[in-house]
Amino acid sequence: MKPTESETGTEEEFSFGTTQSDVEVTTADRLRNFYREFIYKPGLVAWEDNRTRIGATILAVYVFIGTVGTWFYRAPTTNQSERSIQPFQTMEAPLGTTSSGEDVLAMAIHATPEMLIMILSGGIFATGLAVLIGTVAGYKGGTTDRILTTFSDVAMSIPGLPLIMVLAVVVSPERAVVIGILITINYWAGLARSIRSQVLTIREHSYVEASRTMGVSTPRILIKDVIPNIMPYVLVNFANAARYVVFASVGLYYLGILPTSVANWGIQLDNAYSQAGALSGGGTMYQLVVPMIAIMFLALGLILLAQGMDRVFNPRVRTRLAGESRGEAEDDEDNAAPTEVMT
Amino acid sequence: MNNYYLKRTGRAVLTLWVTVTVTFGLIRAIPGGPLEMLRARLVRQGVDPSRIDAIIQSRQEESQPIYVEYYEYMSSLLSGNLGESFYFREPVSNIITDALPWTVFVMVTATIILFAIAIVWGAIIAYKEGSTFDTVSSGLSILMSSIPFYVLGILFVVVFSYRFGVFPARYRTSPGVTASLSIPFVGNVLYHAALPIASIVITQVGLQTLAMRGNSIQVLGEDFVRVARLRGLPDRRIAVRYVGRNAILPMYTGFLTLIGFNLGGSVILEEIFTYTGIGYYMFEALINRDYPLMMGIFLVITTALVLSVYIADLTYGLVDPRVKSGDSSEAY
Repeated sequence: MKPTESETGTEEEFSFGTTQSDVEVTTADRLRNFYREFIYKPGLVAWEDNRTRIGATILAVYVFIGTVGTWFYRAPTTNQSERSIQPFQTMEAPLGTTSSGEDVLAMAIHATPEMLIMILSGGIFATGLAVLIGTVAGYKGGTTDRILTTFSDVAMSIPGLPLIMVLAVVVSPERAVVIGILITINYWAGLARSIRSQVLTIREHSYVEASRTMGVSTPRILIKDVIPNIMPYVLVNFANAARYVVFASVGLYYLGILPTSVANWGIQLDNAYSQAGALSGGGTMYQLVVPMIAIMFLALGLILLAQGMDRVFNPRVRTRLAGESRGEAEDDEDNAAPTEVMT
Repeated sequence: MNNYYLKRTGRAVLTLWVTVTVTFGLIRAIPGGPLEMLRARLVRQGVDPSRIDAIIQSRQEESQPIYVEYYEYMSSLLSGNLGESFYFREPVSNIITDALPWTVFVMVTATIILFAIAIVWGAIIAYKEGSTFDTVSSGLSILMSSIPFYVLGILFVVVFSYRFGVFPARYRTSPGVTASLSIPFVGNVLYHAALPIASIVITQVGLQTLAMRGNSIQVLGEDFVRVARLRGLPDRRIAVRYVGRNAILPMYTGFLTLIGFNLGGSVILEEIFTYTGIGYYMFEALINRDYPLMMGIFLVITTALVLSVYIADLTYGLVDPRVKSGDSSEAY
């Protein structure tokens, strides 16, 4: 396996989920097991990569701002300070104010929690549905597969952004959770397709066949044998889906298609941009730059996280030139136990 | 194999049918529905209130069962009739035929340029994997992909158009320029399209470069490349024939899908640059609740995406002879 394997996997290397189920397992044990296999081990490997570290740190900062920051920093209201203060002039509004006297920094900070909720709901919806449809289609095969595949193909072929826009106009959602789901309304389809094709090879593995001949039920095989294998891939795509939610939601807010009752960086962009045109630029540049930086760093954090995890998990990128790659590839095939492919 | 083409065609038709049905449903799900829209329009035109009520009344009596409406909607679509825009007071199909070529021009040009850059850049990075050039390039790619294209577009307009005035901030051509195949006209078109194209290329080239890098590294690790090296083939031949071809293949489908994706993104991009393509009209339709125009453009964009993916799937076998036909898997 990968060089990191020997450091992380210390004991119980070959304890299959199925053999354990004969012995009594307490909930605490199962939780601990889950934590070790799904969070600790992959986390440790992913942490080796600098990009993951930076990405995770950036995200942590956003979560901090979105939870604690909104608590400490005042909420934006009109005329809370003098109008049109340039940035770095007063401590009262460190990044300046808009022409209606709103603190630019406060606007940016108070848009964060809603954005994080959108990301979470969109990401969970997209990856959850993709895993469900992808694994069932790939594993069951036959008619189930054909129906589910056609379904996701159709969903995939409808262009995402225009569909979201049309739906947003019709539904005009207010809650961040709903907006997140709306944005990923057909994002899951592409992911479901690629998960399906991965499951097609996984289901031919001997341990899956063993479970099947032992009469283990399909949902259990999917959860115990199949999903752990695709988990890293799913995590990478969770980050990608999250980035898509950021880009799309800010874009929709910018266009003014979503209700403007909540604070969002897109609304800030829109206001600043329309003023920039009126004042022929320059004077309001800082109002544009602040939300832009907020969007960019969030996206950067998510990309870095996805790339960092991808590098560790993706055998394609892992494969090296010439000699090195051979050794790795062989190792991979030799001990492809379900618990290990994970790390 | 023939069976595959048949199935694939069936799926494309099915997708279009589903989309049309969804739009039909959506139009009817809109609060108020078409009759309210008609009422609002008549009020705007200053028609006498009692007459409006009479008109609405007669329309309501006229309104047919849903399947008849559905049938009429389908047949009018098939004959190319997309209805009339409330806001522009023009047939939707006229607006689309005027606007579509411009959007397609911008998006296809941008996508071709960005793929050309990504393929060359990604391949070079792959050869120098692990070097400083690789680190810097990969970092730069990631950094560029973290900017949404519309943010860069806004920045471009503010900096290049408003501040320095070197590029136009709006429209497809300068006012008064007549369409012809002359150099001034083409130059003017390119001049206006430069910023939109640049903002797409710069923000999307990064991820494609990284994809190309990954593909190339994978191919470089394959046995047949080593055999080619052992045979003493010239490096150039290996780079183009052995590595390049195989690394580009997986990107072919991505190319056509990205064009389709960008057609959807044009709504935001063209609003920023006031570039009057279909995206701009879609935006106008959304803001003014002009449902016929909105649905018409939505259908056109969907059709474009479905067709491009369809073409990608059908021609992939020609590009990559190793392609497996749709295998039916055993059911468990």
